[in-house]
Parts: sequence; C-alpha cells; structure tokens
Amino acid sequence: MDKKTALYDKHINLGARMESFAGYIMPIKYTTVKDEHNTVRSGVGIFDLSHMGEFRVKGKDASKFLDYLLTNDSEVEPGKAYYSTMCYPDGGIVDDLIVYRLSEEEYLIIVNASNIEKDWAWVNNHTPGFCIDLTNESDETALIAIQGPDAEKVAQKLTDENLSGIGYYAHTSGVFADEKALIARTGYTGEDGFEIYTKYEDAAAVWDAVMKAGEEFGIKPIGLGARDTLRLEVGYLLYGNDMDHTTTPIEAKLGWVVKLKTDKEFIGREVMARQKIEKPARYIVGLEVIGKGFPRHGAELFEGNRKVGVVTSGSLAPALGHGVCLAFVEKGFHKKGTQLEAEVRGKRIPVKTVKLPFYKDGSRK
Amino acid sequence: MSDIPEGLRYTETHEWIKDLGNGEYMLGLTSHAQDQMGEIVMVESPGILDFNSGDILGTLEAVKTAEDYYAPFDCKIVRINKDLEDEPALINESPYEKGWLIVVKTADPSGFNSLKSAEEYSEFIGE
Repeated sequence: MDKKTALYDKHINLGARMESFAGYIMPIKYTTVKDEHNTVRSGVGIFDLSHMGEFRVKGKDASKFLDYLLTNDSEVEPGKAYYSTMCYPDGGIVDDLIVYRLSEEEYLIIVNASNIEKDWAWVNNHTPGFCIDLTNESDETALIAIQGPDAEKVAQKLTDENLSGIGYYAHTSGVFADEKALIARTGYTGEDGFEIYTKYEDAAAVWDAVMKAGEEFGIKPIGLGARDTLRLEVGYLLYGNDMDHTTTPIEAKLGWVVKLKTDKEFIGREVMARQKIEKPARYIVGLEVIGKGFPRHGAELFEGNRKVGVVTSGSLAPALGHGVCLAFVEKGFHKKGTQLEAEVRGKRIPVKTVKLPFYKDGSRK
Repeated sequence: MSDIPEGLRYTETHEWIKDLGNGEYMLGLTSHAQDQMGEIVMVESPGILDFNSGDILGTLEAVKTAEDYYAPFDCKIVRINKDLEDEPALINESPYEKGWLIVVKTADPSGFNSLKSAEEYSEFIGE
C-alpha cells in the first residue's frame, strides 16, 4: 500500500495524474510535462517532494560519524549544506544525498525516497563507537520546493528571513508562511530556488501560502515528470537510473564529492583512491542526439559493431528541442565530441558526447 | 470508457482511419492508445512516400515510452500534420481532430473496408 504525503488531497483537487513512486502515491503531472518544465525554466513552480527521506544526526561525534559514513567532507560551516555519496566498502554507491549542517553537532541528511529503508539500516549499522543520536524523521517531515527564476520573489513574501543573504547550498531555520521551517537554497532543477522542510501537519498551510504568494508570478504545481526532465537537462544524476551499488562516484564523475585530498578515513576510500589513479574502465557522459528521437534507459551504444556503452537516462530536452541522455561509456569513448550510435528499437541513431550541463542558461545562483 | 467514434475504422495497432473521399484517408492514434502512452513529446513522420500494408510509418515518443505507427494498407503519403512538430501533445488533447497524424491515398479501398469497426475495436481493447 503506497503512502500518501501530507499534500495528497491538494494534488487530487488540482487534477494531478497520480502514480506509485518509491512507495508513495505521487503527482506525475498536473497539465503537461512540457508546460510544467517551461514554467520552472521561465517563471516559478511548486513541488511536493515529501517522499524524500530525512535523518537527523546529533551529538558530539556527528561530524566524525558523517566523515566516516559519507565520501564528502562534513566540515562545512553551520548554515551550509553539501552534496555527497554514501558508499559500500567496494566503492558502490548506497545513495546520493544532501546534508544540511544545522549546528556544530547537528546535521539533517536528505536521502532518496526509494532508499529510505536501505539507508536507515546502513547508517545504523555504523553507529557503534560514535557518540550520536540518530532519528528517522521521514514520515513526520514534508518538503515543498519552490523553483525557478522567480522563486526568491515568491518565497520572500512568506518569511522575514533575508533570503538574498542565503547563498546556494546554504540554509536557515526560521518561520515560513507562519510555520517553523528549514529554508534552504537547494534544488534539483538547475534553476534558483528553495526547499522548505516543515512538519507533516504544517505542509498544507505552507503549500496554500506559496500558491497564493506565487499567483502574481504565474506559479504552477510541478509533477515528478517535469522534475525528471529538468534534472536531466542540467545533467544531474538520478540514483537507480544513472548510478547504483554497481557504480562508484569516480565512474559517475562525482570525484568532487570524494574527499581524497584529506587524510580522513571513510567507507570505500581505498577503492576510490586506487580508481582515481588507475582511472576507471568507464565513465558517465552526456550525449546529445543528432536528429530526431531519443534513446532511453537501457539503450545500447555502439561504435561500428562494437558495443561501448549503455544509456542510463534519456529524454527529449524540452528547453532545447532535441534528445539528450546520460550514459556509461568505456574509457576512450568518453571524450567530448565522440560520435556514437544508440540502438533504439532496432534502429541506430547518431549521438555525440557533449559537456554537461546540456542546458546552460539556468538561473541557479 | 475510451472515446471510439462511430464511422471511423480501427487497427489492432491502435490507429484510427477516416475515409475523406477521393481515395484519401486520414490516420491518427486512438484515444485509448494516447491515454495508455501518456504525454507525447515528439512525432517522427514518414521519411518516404510509398508504404506497404504493415510498414512502419513513423514513431511516437511519449515521456515514458515510444510506439511505432503502421500503414493500415498499401498507400502513399499525401499530407503530414505539421502542427505536431511544435505541439505533439495535440495527439493527447485531440486525438481524433487536431491530433491527426497523416493523410494517405490508396488505389484499393478494400484494405480500408476490412479494418475494424468502432464496435469491433471496442471489443478488441476489452471495453
């Protein structure tokens, strides 16, 4: 039985197409994916992302614990956030996540909805020896995202916090739409925007307030369909599609979130350090379709008769008007400008590796 | 229940065919099929003119899936719905009117007459 978020009734009243996703019944779209996508690129949209998981880590070893558990460095200032992967000893990715440092000894970790149970078990397996308290607040927490070039104008109407003073990947705890909230300048769209974490029971009031505040900017609700095209267009990876337990951060070109330059010990370090020197056998790349159509997850890539890779995400890029994909390709075929062919229903379509992001005009600060 | 207008003919690959007279026939995707496919984001139109029955005419790309559409009988392409280039979702919004795909011409009307009626198509899709 799928869980409902606090905003389920809102989605039904808005006429959303609801589908099962990661154990939740979620809005896929309200109008069309294309229209919702364009709304976020040019104006502002509101998302219900309450399916995401939230773990709180508190205690005098919180920083030490996260340094051991996660590949990125936990030593950011309170009020800042960081993106990280969490890996197995063999370097395979357990999940990718965002960590907000709330204070010296307190962090909030945001994990993918599909991985909540797996992550919770994994995180708990590694607590012995660390002086920390862990709580899984996923069911009590709602997440509303406001994304798009007009996001700040909408959000500022609802809080006394000075939002222009909050930089990208920074956050503050304060009052938002009369409710207690964590207000963060983060997102998954390539646009400027905020993610507002509230209590489950406050979510409906916050949603209504954002919709009302955004009216003058033409705000629209955005489903998970457009969320996927928005993130793909800016080259953000999606766990389960573009990376999983068989992929390392080095292969996924996430080496920048692996703290190999520090001397900190963390799970998977040995494998990643070796891979960084020896270079992985494959890399994730961005591919642009030359011509019509687009390959999807699982489509094979060829150079002549030789199979050299596989597509991990593929879609039409609404803001660009042609197909784009993320793919794993063998080392040697990952360089910018390499021409390959993707097999789509028995036909070959030409593709070319390009620099990410595909869409370069995002308003992200 | 899907919208299955009387007077049109239907195929098992979910195209509807309308007799325009003078040996010309309009072809589109049924409402049932567009609903199953979801939002259509790209239409690949025929690249040549002459087709045999059962040939792939083109491809419809939806957000989650892609489907080919087929020639219901031997035919020649007469017109292509250019509006779909900019607005492929017309197929979802108006499958039997603004979302038509192509108009074809055939010398032999027997192919058309042997296609499914609205009632037969309704039965075929289990409604």
